Amino acid sequence: MTVTTVQVRARSPIADGVRAGLPLALPNIALGISFGVLAAPVMGAGAAIAMSVVVCSGGAQFAAVSVLAAGGGALPAIAAGMLVNARWVAMGFAVGPYLPGSLRARVLQAQAIVDASFVIASRDDGSFDRGLLIGATLPQVSSWMAGTVVGVLAGPVLGDPDALGLDAIFVAFYLALLWEEVRRRGAYAAALGGGAIALVLLPVAPVGIPVVAAAAAALIGLRRA
Amino acid sequence: MSEAWLVIAALAVATIALKAAGPAMVGNREPSPRVLAVTGLLAPALLAGLVVYETLGAADGPGIELDARLGGLAAAVGALVLRLPMLAVVAVAAVATAVLRLLS
Repeated sequence: MTVTTVQVRARSPIADGVRAGLPLALPNIALGISFGVLAAPVMGAGAAIAMSVVVCSGGAQFAAVSVLAAGGGALPAIAAGMLVNARWVAMGFAVGPYLPGSLRARVLQAQAIVDASFVIASRDDGSFDRGLLIGATLPQVSSWMAGTVVGVLAGPVLGDPDALGLDAIFVAFYLALLWEEVRRRGAYAAALGGGAIALVLLPVAPVGIPVVAAAAAALIGLRRA
Repeated sequence: MSEAWLVIAALAVATIALKAAGPAMVGNREPSPRVLAVTGLLAPALLAGLVVYETLGAADGPGIELDARLGGLAAAVGALVLRLPMLAVVAVAAVATAVLRLLS
C-alpha cells in the first residue's frame, strides 16, 4: 500500500461522514435505550429490537409505540409513524439529485437519509454531499440499534425513562444541530418560520404534520434566488 | 402480539418508500438555482419544527404539553451558549429535565 492510497482513503467523504456522525453516537444510544425501555412492555422484547433494526427511525417509532401503548390500534399507529417520517420525502427530493447510479442504487442510498445526516450533508449552496450523508448515518444507526437492545434488557432496572429526562434528549439533539445551521445565510429566518409553523399547527394537526409543514419555511429562499 | 409485528412491517416498508420517493422521481439533473435556494434552507426549517414538536408535542394526538422538557430546552440553550459539545448539551438537558420532574 502506498502513501497516496492512505491519504485518499483518509480523505474519503464517507470516512469524513463517519467522523462527523460519531459525536452523535452516544446521544443515539441514550435515545435507543429510552425506546427499548418504553417499547418492550408494549410490544415485547423481540419486536422492540426488530423495530429499531428494520424501521430504524426514532421519531416514528416513539409515535407508533405511544399509540399502541394507549390502545389506539395498529392502523392509527402506522399512520402516526408514517406522518412523523413524512419529512423524509422533502429531504429525499433535496438530496435526490446528488445520489448517482441506477434507480435501484439511488433508492438504496436514499435509505441513509436521517435527520442529522441530512444536516451534515447539506452544503451552504443548497447541494448535498452523498459521502457525508452515508458516512454520518452509519454510527447513528448502529448506536440506535445497540441502545434499543440495552434498553430492552435494562428496562426493568432503569424504570421510567422520562424520570431520567431521556425524552429531553431529542429536544437538545435537534436544537444543537439547529444551532450550527442558523449561521448559514437566510437560515435564521427559515428556522423562525419553521418553528412558528410547527407551533401554530401543533394543537390542531395530527402528529407529524406540524414538522412536515415547517419545511414550507424554506420557501423564503426564493426571495433571494 | 401480532398487532405490533403488523405495525413494524408496515412502517419498515413505508419508511423505505418515503425516503426513496424523492430520489426515484428527481433523477440526477443539477437543480436550478431557485430550487437550491430552497433546499439549502430545508435543514434549519425542519430542525426548528422538530425542536418545537419534541419540546411541546403531546404524547397522544394533537395538542401542546408544557412540562419539564421546557427546562431541558433552556438548559440546552445555556450549554450551547457556553459552546459545550453535543454530548454535554444533551446530557445537561436530560439532567435538567430529570431534576425538574423530581422536584415537581
